[in-house]
Amino acid sequence: MLGSKKGIFFLLLFLPLPVFLLSLTIGSYQIPFNEVLVTLFLSIDPNFGSGSPQTQIYKEVIFMIRLPRIILALFGGIALSVSGASLQSVFKNPLVDSYILGLSAGAGLGAAISIAFFPAIIGLTQLFAFSFSFMAFMLTYFVARDRGQASTVSLVLAGVIVTALFSAALSIIKFFTTPEKLSSVVYWLMGSMAVSGWTEVLQSVPLILVTFLIITLMRWRLNVLSMGDEEAKSLGINVERDRLIILLTTTLMVSSFVSVAGIIGWVGLVIPHLVRMLMRTPDNRIVIPISASLGGVFLLLADDVARSLTSYELPVGVITTMIGAPFFLYLLKKRGGGSWRQ
Amino acid sequence: MEAIVSVEDLSFSYGNTFKLNSISLNVEAGTVLTLLGPNGCGKTTLLKCINALLKPERGKVIINGKNAYELKRWELARLVGYVPQAHVPPFPFSTLDLVLMGRTAHLDFFQQPSKLDRQIAERALSMVGLSHLSHRPYDQLSGGERQLALIARAIAQEPRLLLLDEPTAHLDFKNQFLVLGMVRRIARENGIGVVMSLHDPNQAIMFSDSVALMKNGSLFAVGPPHSVITRERIEAVYEIGVRVVNHTDGSFIMPSMENFS
Repeated sequence: MLGSKKGIFFLLLFLPLPVFLLSLTIGSYQIPFNEVLVTLFLSIDPNFGSGSPQTQIYKEVIFMIRLPRIILALFGGIALSVSGASLQSVFKNPLVDSYILGLSAGAGLGAAISIAFFPAIIGLTQLFAFSFSFMAFMLTYFVARDRGQASTVSLVLAGVIVTALFSAALSIIKFFTTPEKLSSVVYWLMGSMAVSGWTEVLQSVPLILVTFLIITLMRWRLNVLSMGDEEAKSLGINVERDRLIILLTTTLMVSSFVSVAGIIGWVGLVIPHLVRMLMRTPDNRIVIPISASLGGVFLLLADDVARSLTSYELPVGVITTMIGAPFFLYLLKKRGGGSWRQ
Repeated sequence: MEAIVSVEDLSFSYGNTFKLNSISLNVEAGTVLTLLGPNGCGKTTLLKCINALLKPERGKVIINGKNAYELKRWELARLVGYVPQAHVPPFPFSTLDLVLMGRTAHLDFFQQPSKLDRQIAERALSMVGLSHLSHRPYDQLSGGERQLALIARAIAQEPRLLLLDEPTAHLDFKNQFLVLGMVRRIARENGIGVVMSLHDPNQAIMFSDSVALMKNGSLFAVGPPHSVITRERIEAVYEIGVRVVNHTDGSFIMPSMENFS
């Protein structure tokens, strides 16, 4: 399966580790790399050494501010890119990602309702974003279903319709809300991890971990599903059941991240593509794990830029879009749009 | 001889029209049955009914003593290998990965193919003579090579029955015979039953043990090639004048040139 690609496979697989350590040094309060290591070791073993006079401050900055945000960015990148890769296999189209299901529009509407009307209730934004994106997905799936089957074209079309419906509802919410609340809705919609702490990590990371594990275990099945319904059935796969499991898992994976960080686009489209190009194979046994590590690295670096480029926070969704959209245009041009015709 | 597959009184309709009308057939181990008939006569529909991709209104398909419509997909895929017409999939898997997909029915739900599965896939590839192309992306193969790779994938399923939907479509003259010869050899050597659809009566004569001649969803005649493929029957089914040409290798069918003057 790997052959000569073993070197680059393990290099990319473990790339998140150095980027993780590097990200701990970045921010408005500079922490030298060796101090980051000392602080980390000290927290594991208090007898490791004495540390510098600022160690206590470093500890506060690292553990209370940077670490939760970095963990969230890492797992957010995993959620977005792995969901993208698995949806591309299920839909037999390398140019789709979680947005095709109307999932982001659903999450956006849910969060907007919560922020606009019930801002005081803690955790409600997450719950609303999660339920509405789930609802959008269910709507897409059941609109597309015909006699127990959902073809790719009808699923994509249903996703477009559901997205339009939820976006229209979102516009109504924006219209009726107060200016202060409107700005927080808009900010959330642009996607950001600026306010994330350990609460947000606990709300999303365990779910992302479990769903990622399920997709990882089903990565061979993803290969077979990408061959089309009749072939996958002939090869022994219960297509309707397995596809539903993957779609549900994927929705859960994405919405649990979107509910804490808002809408961050393009990661799920760009990363799996990049991985297929780098590894020269569409085999999901390779694409899923490497998409996870590169997706984590990509969102982490984008977030590093978002929080350090200017004196105030940029929404990370803006940065991923600035990189992702031109990349997508390039791919579309290179492929002559053929991927949509299938 | 033991029957690998028995089709019993199978009927399938689409809207108000019969696509298949009370079809009954048997295929024995190690033999090749060819479905012959004009476009739209129901060959592909019959193949899909045998593979339970379509569920007929009436009738049964018994494969290796089991009712095909009561089996789970993975149970059926261990008995039946289906070879679709050569195509280009959306993702350019390597030829070996494509063949390895034939092992899916032998894996647990969360399992990935093992080293043993890989060896079985490699053996299937070498059986069709494509070992040298195992790392080449499948979409870079020629039409004939693709068809052979799909046959290798079906062999990797280790099935009792092989179904092929027009395995010679889009292939050049040489590759058509290469593929058909391969199919017959695999059937003989492994005791696999084969059902395939063809367009050319002469290829049916050369490569099958029995022929089912179909017209408008019904069986017109079934039996050994030479007793089924006669001038009268071919003219009735294809609605074209033909002649029988006798050759030392057997009798073959030629269209009469009067049709075209």
